[in-house]
Formats: sequence, C-alpha cells, structure tokens
Amino acid sequence: MSMTVQNSTPTRSVLTKVPRVSPGFVIACAVFGFWVVAALFGMLLVPHDPFEVQLNRSLLPPDFTHVFGTDNLGRDIFSRVIVGSRDILSVAFFAALIGTLLGTVVGLSMGYFRGILDNVLSRIAEAVISVPGVIIALLLIAAVGRSNVALIGVIAFEFMWVVARTVRAAVLQEAAKDYVLAAQVRGDGALNVMLRELLPNIFPIVVVEFTVRMTFAVFAVANLSFLGFGVQPPAPDWGLLVAESYGLLVAGFWWTALFPTLAIASLVISIYIIANEANRWLSGASLPD
Amino acid sequence: MLFVVSRVGSGVVTLLLLSMIAFVGAEILPGNPARAILGMDASEDAVAALTVQLGLDRPPLERYFEWLINALQGDFGISYAQRAPVAELIATSGGRSLLLGLVTLGIIVPFSILTGLWAAQREGSLGDRIITFGGMSLMVVPGFVVAIVLILLLGMAFPVFPITAMPPPGASLFTQIYYLLLPALVLSTTLFGYLARVVRANALDVYRSEYVRTAALKGLSPRAVMRRHVFKNAMAPSMIVIATQVGYLLGGLVIIEKIFNYPGLGVLMLRAAEYNDMPVLEAGIMLIGVVYVALTLCADLLQRAMDPRLSRAAS
Repeated sequence: MSMTVQNSTPTRSVLTKVPRVSPGFVIACAVFGFWVVAALFGMLLVPHDPFEVQLNRSLLPPDFTHVFGTDNLGRDIFSRVIVGSRDILSVAFFAALIGTLLGTVVGLSMGYFRGILDNVLSRIAEAVISVPGVIIALLLIAAVGRSNVALIGVIAFEFMWVVARTVRAAVLQEAAKDYVLAAQVRGDGALNVMLRELLPNIFPIVVVEFTVRMTFAVFAVANLSFLGFGVQPPAPDWGLLVAESYGLLVAGFWWTALFPTLAIASLVISIYIIANEANRWLSGASLPD
Repeated sequence: MLFVVSRVGSGVVTLLLLSMIAFVGAEILPGNPARAILGMDASEDAVAALTVQLGLDRPPLERYFEWLINALQGDFGISYAQRAPVAELIATSGGRSLLLGLVTLGIIVPFSILTGLWAAQREGSLGDRIITFGGMSLMVVPGFVVAIVLILLLGMAFPVFPITAMPPPGASLFTQIYYLLLPALVLSTTLFGYLARVVRANALDVYRSEYVRTAALKGLSPRAVMRRHVFKNAMAPSMIVIATQVGYLLGGLVIIEKIFNYPGLGVLMLRAAEYNDMPVLEAGIMLIGVVYVALTLCADLLQRAMDPRLSRAAS
C-alpha cells in the first residue's frame, strides 16, 4: 500500500535545485537577521537604558553619545529602536503563523468538501476582505481590549480568510488529479486525503503565503501601534515611537520620528524581498498581483 | 442581465455578512453604553432608564434586525460619544474623505497608467526594475512611514506644500485642494507601485499577443501600436484592480488623516474606536463595505462593457 502512495504522489523537486541568490536577497537576509538578533538580545546590545528618563538631556540631536539623538524625555532613541524590534517581530510572527495555520485548515476543507460549506465560508471571507484590515481591527480590538495577544488574534483572524482563499484555489487545482482520486478510491478518509495527499502537494504555496503574510503582519502591527491600538506603552514599539513623536516634526526635531520610521521600512522591505525570493524558488514566478 | 442580477445579489449577501460581523464586534464589547454616554457621575436610575430607552435590554437578535432596518433607511442611531446622529457625522467627515480620495485618484490614476505602460515598453530594463521593485516596496511600507519622509522632504526641507491638511476656514475649493496635495501625494505613493505594476503586467500580456505583432509587422509605429492597441486592451483588466484598490484607499485614510490631522471618515472611526462608540464604528464599516462592493461591481460591469468576449463566454 505504501508503495502505491509513493507512486501516485508526484514528487516535486522544488528544493533539490540550488537557486541562484541575488545580492538584494543577501542584503535583505542580513537586515532581517539584524532585527531578529535585536529582538532576541536587544537589552544586552544597547548602549543606554532605553527606559531611563533624563529631562535635562531631552531632544538632543544625533551625536556620538546618542547616535539617533534623544526624545522629549531624554531617552536614547537608538536604544529604544533596538529594543523596540521585539514586540513588532514577535507579534507579527505569531499572527502570521496562526493565521496561516488556520487559513490552511479552512482552505483545505473549503476546497475538499466544496458545496454549502465552501459557499458560506467564501462569502464570509469576501465580507471580511471587503473592508480594509485596519478598520476591522479597530472594531475588534476596541471590543476585546488592547494587548499583544488581542493584536495577534485579530490579525490572525483577518489573515485566516486571505490564506484560506489561496489554499482553496490550490486545492481545487490538485483535487482533480489522479493521486487524490486513487486515495479516495482505495478508501482513505477525508482527513487522510487532506493531510497526507493534498497538504504535501500544496505545501510550497502555504510556505510562500506565510512569508507574504509575515510582510503584511509587520505592516499591520506598525499601523495599529501608530494608531494606538497595537502594542501598548511603555514598550518602545516603533509604531508607538512614531505616534509619540511625529508632532515634533513641525518644530524641527526630525530625528525623533525618522529613525523608528526607517527601522519599520527596513524590516518590512527586507521581509518582502525574502518573501518574493521564496516565491520565486518555490513556484518559479514572482509574486502574484 | 442574469450576470448583473447575480453580481448584485452576491454583493448584498457580502454586505449582510459584514453587518453581522460589525454587530457581533459591537456586541462583545464590555461595558454598558448607557454608562458610557452619561458618564461616571450619573445615577444608577438614569443609566437604567437610558438602557431601556436605547433598547439595550432587549435580545441581541431583535436589536440586530432593528438596527438593520433603520440602517437601510439611513438611520444609524445616535453617537455614544458625540451625542449627534451618526448619519450626520458620517456625512460631514465622509465628504472630507471623499475630497481627499478624489485628489488622490486624480494624481495616481494617470501617473500609474503612464509609468506602467512606460515600464512595459522597456521590460527588463533598469527603469522597469526600479519601478516594479520600488513600487512594491512602497506598498508594503506603512503609510505613516511614507508620510514622515514626505513631510520632511516636501514640507520642511523644501517647503513646497503646507503640512496641515485643513485650510483656514472659508477657503475656496482650490485652496482646499492645495492643502490636500501632500496627504494625497502620500496616499498615492503607497498605492502607486501596485497599480503601475498591474497596468504593466496587463500591457505586457497585450504586447505578447499576435495582433500587436501583426500591427508592428504591417509597419505601424510603436507609438501608434501603443495608442491603438496596447493602451485600450490593457485598460480593461486594470480597471477592476484600480476599483478594488480604491476600497483599500479607505484603510490608508485612517493613518493619513491622523498624521495630517484631517477630520475625515478615518479620524472619525479612530475616535469612535477610542471611545467605544459602536454606532459610529458600525456605520463607518458598513459605508466602506458598500463603497467597496459598489466599486467592484461597477468595475466588473465596466470590464464587460469594454471586453465583449467576457459576456459572450458566459452566455
């Protein structure tokens, strides 16, 4: 029986070919790696205490002691930016992971069972997607309260529907193939067919979807924190740092908002490049529009 | 005709589901809205009286249908925080957001179509790659990041634009638009890459077609090929994407309106979320949903009108 399974399952050699690595990808990995290290060991790396208030040293422009300057309470912005990577990265990672897992389960069931289940879930997905994520998130976070766990839950909930649609489309393509039919004919249960036959064959798509979701999770966390509905003070989260200090731009204190801003840009673009490259390896095309 | 009916039908179903999501979101909110309206000093009796007056003592299902029926008649209830009819609040701020949205579209639609076509003509060149990659990077970067860079550049280093979005009271429409240029530019920057990329991809499809090769072989100049064949055929599929992205413009509005302190729909909803002002949030979400569904519907119909093959394939 196991022989039949192996023969009927088409093998994908996606990972056996050694892909050509672009310089942009190397830089993106370095930047992303830097922020992961900062998130894990931030407090050990910083030159100043990111929470120490020194009112006599407030709003100092960047110099050699404070390379990114200080904020209105005299806190070292460089240290705050380094330590601030932790919340956004961990929240985004778990939100993307949970959203992708749930979305895969839902998408597999939709594509495999079709019928009413598929119809109803497709409509719900469309309803959730018809309103920009940040607005649904405002409603749900206002309802369940502001915390990192709520943030993860709400973003994962929104992503679940997007992932489910992608997975469903992939399952519909696979479900007509002979190996699925063979498994059904030999009497495998639905769960077995979905997990043992379909899932391995759509797995590359799930991986790519996860990397793409990771990009948009960082985007979502940054936006919600900026709006006051994401990571809560006193955490030195980047979106919060910008929200606290963008009002000072007009007065000429450009460094307070600029450096956390650039940190967000570097993180999100590096993850986007990695996602794009992962997609190129696994499917031989660049990201779908 | 059947197509129109079924598309409208599925749009209505989507909106009904959205209204349920919005209602459930408001329903699980902790705290008593009557207490929120009256404040901490109000007596228990007053709170209880208002609870009955607002109908909050009745079962959720009953209240959902009542809310839905009133909403269909344009009555979204009274704002908990501002004690004014929600419909009025939404109309005033929605008008401001509409103006900002229109200025943004005025910038982004011609600009992304031109760059998309330009990039498609030079597929694989450095310029093409910069537009494709740079544009997509701008899309994944949060709006406030772009806003801060552009405020520093165009508002402060080279002060071309005012950095507040609200003109002095009594300003003419022209002045209002001038004040909205910087926020609109920020919104355009975040969306530009995506739209240009879609136009580029569609134009490339057309370039690879046989009729374009025929047109080129019969001696038509590249300019005429672009104008007569590529432009027309690449626009139809690009339309639908532009229409759906307009819906997403509304998500970006919250961020941009906050940073430029512009009292539009985005800021109204943000304040409502801060004060647990659920009637306003629900109404705002429904308005955005309606706009999105209506736009995708229009885009679908427009696409069919522009490309007769689609309706023939369906029938």
